[in-house]
Amino acid sequence: MQWETVIGLEVHAQLATRSKIFSAAATAYGAAPNTQACAVDLGLPGVLPVLNKEAVRMAVKFGLAIGAEIPSRSVFARKNYFYPDLPKGYQISQYEQPIVEAGYLDITLEDGSNKRIGITRAHLEEDAGKSLHEDFHGASGIDLNRAGTPLLEIVSEPDMRSAKEAVAYLKTLHALVRYLGICDGNMQEGSFRCDANVSVRIKGEEKLGTRAELKNLNSFRFVERAINYEVERQIDVLENGGEVIQETRLYDSDKDETRSMRSKEEANDYRYFPDPDLLPVEIEPSLLEQVHSELPELPAAKKQRFCSKYGLSAQDAVQLTASREMADYFESVLADSGVEPKLAANWINVELAAALNKDGLDIEASPVTAEALGKLLKRIADNTLSGKLAKEVFEAMWEGAGSVDEIIEKRGLRQITDTAAIEAIIDKILADNPAQVEQYRAGKDKVFGFFVGQAMKATQGKANPAQLNKLLKDRLIQ
Amino acid sequence: MHTKTLSELKTGLAKAEFSSVELTEYYLQRIERHNPDLNCFITTTAELARKLAIEADQKRKKGDAGSLNGIPIAHKDIFCTEGVRTSCGSRMLDNFIAPYESTVTAKLAQAGVVMLGKTNMDEFAMGSSNETSFYGPVKNPWDFERVPGGSSGGSAAAVAARLAPATTGTDTGGSIRQPASLCNVTGLKPTYGRVSRYGMIAFASSLDQGGPMAATAEDCALLLNVMAGLDAKDSTSVDLPVPDYSANLNKSIKGLKIGLPKQFFDSGLDQNVARSIQQALDEYKVAGAKLMEIDLPNMPLSVPAYYVVAPAECSSNLSRFDGVRYGYRVSDPQDLEDMYKRSRGEGFGAEVKRRIMIGTYALSAGYYDAYYKKAQQLRRLISDDFKQAFTKVDVIMGPASPTTAFKIGEKSDDPVAMYLSDIYTIAVNLAGLPGITIPAGFVQGLPTGLQIIGKHFDEARLLNVAHQYQQRTDWHQQVPNIFK
Repeated sequence: MQWETVIGLEVHAQLATRSKIFSAAATAYGAAPNTQACAVDLGLPGVLPVLNKEAVRMAVKFGLAIGAEIPSRSVFARKNYFYPDLPKGYQISQYEQPIVEAGYLDITLEDGSNKRIGITRAHLEEDAGKSLHEDFHGASGIDLNRAGTPLLEIVSEPDMRSAKEAVAYLKTLHALVRYLGICDGNMQEGSFRCDANVSVRIKGEEKLGTRAELKNLNSFRFVERAINYEVERQIDVLENGGEVIQETRLYDSDKDETRSMRSKEEANDYRYFPDPDLLPVEIEPSLLEQVHSELPELPAAKKQRFCSKYGLSAQDAVQLTASREMADYFESVLADSGVEPKLAANWINVELAAALNKDGLDIEASPVTAEALGKLLKRIADNTLSGKLAKEVFEAMWEGAGSVDEIIEKRGLRQITDTAAIEAIIDKILADNPAQVEQYRAGKDKVFGFFVGQAMKATQGKANPAQLNKLLKDRLIQ
Repeated sequence: MHTKTLSELKTGLAKAEFSSVELTEYYLQRIERHNPDLNCFITTTAELARKLAIEADQKRKKGDAGSLNGIPIAHKDIFCTEGVRTSCGSRMLDNFIAPYESTVTAKLAQAGVVMLGKTNMDEFAMGSSNETSFYGPVKNPWDFERVPGGSSGGSAAAVAARLAPATTGTDTGGSIRQPASLCNVTGLKPTYGRVSRYGMIAFASSLDQGGPMAATAEDCALLLNVMAGLDAKDSTSVDLPVPDYSANLNKSIKGLKIGLPKQFFDSGLDQNVARSIQQALDEYKVAGAKLMEIDLPNMPLSVPAYYVVAPAECSSNLSRFDGVRYGYRVSDPQDLEDMYKRSRGEGFGAEVKRRIMIGTYALSAGYYDAYYKKAQQLRRLISDDFKQAFTKVDVIMGPASPTTAFKIGEKSDDPVAMYLSDIYTIAVNLAGLPGITIPAGFVQGLPTGLQIIGKHFDEARLLNVAHQYQQRTDWHQQVPNIFK
């Protein structure tokens, strides 16, 4: 049987405001428990929420960036349920009238084609605190530092058809919120959290299958693995004549599996109603205009421009526009060095990306600055360095051994491009290895590599590879 | 000294006829002597009061006395007062020492008042008789066998017995105006949004409003001058200038158009109370006001609408009392659910639980549209009735309570009968209007109260209209014999 996977994602993006959504307490991560929770965050009797205007502005910014309708009026509602880390016994959220209505996000698939993913809505809400179950014998501790942190919950349509598409959407969304400067995107610290609604149906079927909601997906990799696991599990259940239950499932990354958390029958009735402590949020057209004028070039537009202006492939452009900092780095390499965009793109997407990944660094923290990389690429362009030598120089630069030219000078890495010098080396090798020369001339082409190796060994790898190849061939044919 | 109004005490302090220390000591002694009979204080703060009085006298010497410098007053125990127990009349908060100060009490403190203590009230302000208090009922100073009204019963009784020259109260469905009526006190519920709710423990957020209670309208004006105004900590407080409420008290009310809703004078009104109210209205006629009947056709729906909206909001507002961070918690919880259930089950009284259940029901999936949404629609209709009426009249008058003070225990087993004692006050909260109750006479030794309702933010006119009546009558000066 042919199955089709259907995925919708709910993302909670923590907005990068300095203070909380309804109080003046700081939002910084990692403070000692309960040191960043004021009377309002603690839900003391008599306290009242006051809306953080910056959070509203950020939500509007997001709405404009996804081409969504921003209603002139939205309403905060109380979502009522009991939980120890929910201080008021209700979460202030938005229900019937969210701040951002339907919009969309275009994603690029692996084959370079585009797909449009619908975004149903995005709404503002406050985060809860954290329950700490370790270090308290037979009891739990509550840390309310996170309580009241502003979140934008972004709900997609069930438009994705594979784990890979889900990840592509998530990465695109991740890039977008970071471009907009509304979320730091840190998945480890929980600033960008994702729940996935996953179901399967027989291909061609209209009706959606029963879905499971996957939680605890705190990296792109886990999102992909959890969805893949869950899809297989559901297909397995169905093919064995079972039924998928609508439930919440927790992803366990250690065991790489999803486990049932609670089924919907036990679900709360949240008794939503408009929060009488807060006035409806009125968005003036002037605010929309102002926020619109402040929008940066968005990833999709930037990607488009990189393809058309620099002649890059879609995949290269996607990678380079994954973050604003990465794109800025690329463009500043070009501006500094004037090298071919393709060369710069390759170096950034391959060598630099690998080095950053290895050391777990963001582009902003790269030890090799855009200016330095530009200089290196220039030395490739002017034939001072071969690709191989350039890699060696790059590694040295990464270790902080100095500038490109200093390293070339110090280590004598300048490429040998003098024809006469290369010819002299070739002649000596051919003279020393008459047997191999015979073999080559008898049609054993493989021996050619042997001569290249010998020549490179003799020049400590500094011979210009293209020149060496050409001159070697010329000599052997003679 | 206790026969003096707040206004007269202010003058006396200014003229150094007595000090705040003397005045405070005098009231502390009255409280000590009479409170055991009345039970109108949950907490007295004698030590703090003495300290504040000394500070007030020093401030006056230095010449930086605030407008109410050195005046002793008491706060309803619903206002958070830093470092002082704030119980809200509930076992749930019996151990709760507020770590912060409400805006109302902070503003009054800034103006120099001396806090005598925290007054008794119905638990979480839910009640019309003060019988739901964890700390026992307050006695009506006019008859110890009767209730003082509620929920600001302690505040009303304290003023009536002159254990404090003034008190603060809160009014969600009549909780200032009804006890004022039953105790012979002047009590003002301001327009919703006029006085900050920050630090006032919420019962029904869209209805709650704090206000002053005192012997006279003139005194209420002095208090409101301090209490009113925009508060950045309360999004529902309104950004309108605060007028000097004392400025227009003496304005003539000749030609004042008074509307009398026929729904306020129906069969539910006790005939003796009706006669008393009629006499008060006659007095206004003599003063040159014009009386005309008006129609508030949707007013009879205000009690059912209120008993959906208020419990719905309360069911959510009281969720924070879960035993996790503060307040009552059972000592031996088996698990989380057990802790929730028993902490709340033992911490809350019957009336609070009744309202939480009504409210939870009204907000539940499948019932929301039929109850909460419908109630909000009624609220709009009731509000429109008033809007319509105010195109023809300047103020609306009627009784504040259908009866005089009833006996303790008389209605405590009949919630609906109890709820109906707020029938004339509830619509005002649903419409967010200001209302004031002033003493209007006596029926068989028990006080009656005239309620005056105004347009939004028309408190200055209400106080003017009330003051003019008090210039022509002396009901407001009456004090029960044993407290004279």
